[in-house]
Amino acid sequence: MEDDVKKFLYVNRKAPYGTIYALEALEVVLIGAAFDQDVSLAFLDDGVFQLTKSQDTKEIGVKNFSPTFRALGDYEVTKLYVEKESLDERGLTADDLQEIMWEDEDDDWAEKPSIRIVSRAEMADVFADQDVILSF
Amino acid sequence: MSYDVNGQTVETDEEGYITNLSEWTPDLGAVIAKAEDVDMTDEHWAVVNFLRDYYEEYQIAPAVRVLIKAIKKSLGKEVGNNKYMYELFPYGPAKQACKIAGLPKPTGCV
Amino acid sequence: MATLHTVNKSPFANQSLLSCLAHAKDGDTVLMIEDAVYGAASGTGLADAMAARSGVNLAALGPDLAARGIATERLLAGIKAVDYAGFVELAASHDRAQAWL
Repeated sequence: MEDDVKKFLYVNRKAPYGTIYALEALEVVLIGAAFDQDVSLAFLDDGVFQLTKSQDTKEIGVKNFSPTFRALGDYEVTKLYVEKESLDERGLTADDLQEIMWEDEDDDWAEKPSIRIVSRAEMADVFADQDVILSF
Repeated sequence: MSYDVNGQTVETDEEGYITNLSEWTPDLGAVIAKAEDVDMTDEHWAVVNFLRDYYEEYQIAPAVRVLIKAIKKSLGKEVGNNKYMYELFPYGPAKQACKIAGLPKPTGCV
Repeated sequence: MATLHTVNKSPFANQSLLSCLAHAKDGDTVLMIEDAVYGAASGTGLADAMAARSGVNLAALGPDLAARGIATERLLAGIKAVDYAGFVELAASHDRAQAWL
């Protein structure tokens, strides 16, 4: 079976509420998680805005889906690559992002961080390492 | 479709999921369970309450395997296994339990 | 004879906000709404371009800032957060409105 596992990367480049892309990507990730593939998510350009803390959409009448990123660990999606240059250009640091953890069943349910801050060059390597890339 | 609970009418979609999530009460959960032919026990309520807590925290209803894994962790493997969960909710632990819990149908459930 | 300019796209995704700022006259107001409010935060690569247009009044829509987790303290100096009623007041107090879509 191990041979059938492919590396899937979902690329997120859009801010969360101005368009439907970000929410659609998240739904596809959750549904796709049932297929037991090796899934990673990449956040670059305006996509890094999806992961920011303290989003409160009460007054704009759309659903705040940012808490759902914290459920990804339950779906065995534990690799969220975030590009440092994209954060820098937007005046953000890792501290502006939500804490997203996953529980490692093989390590006595130890909590481990899902977000990995990478450079633009490292992000290019992440892309080059995939079997399938899905862009949103 | 709609449910009647304590003299109030609660609207649902064509499959019986309530449309306004904030209208849910345990009394309504019991009414939906009755319509689904489910006799609610403590185990049923534990699952329903888990689903509601999960939705509150993450804004989604969990997929069935996520639900079973979590129930196994919190209530033990006697309850947290596929067979027992389907005994509790014959039409699917995620689908039917979500309906009783007043949540939308889980993502990925057709 | 002032104009209210509204911009609704992220300034990191396209040039609308920069083009708007380049065309706005002294005394005009540029109101950032929807994804454009990301341009209202301090510490971004755009801060200098925003500060350079000191004759233009800058505002951002509060509900859109809150939705995106941008606290009022993080706004660039000189940018005013307005609520929906404030948006209406701006529309009423300017001679015309131009939407930079």
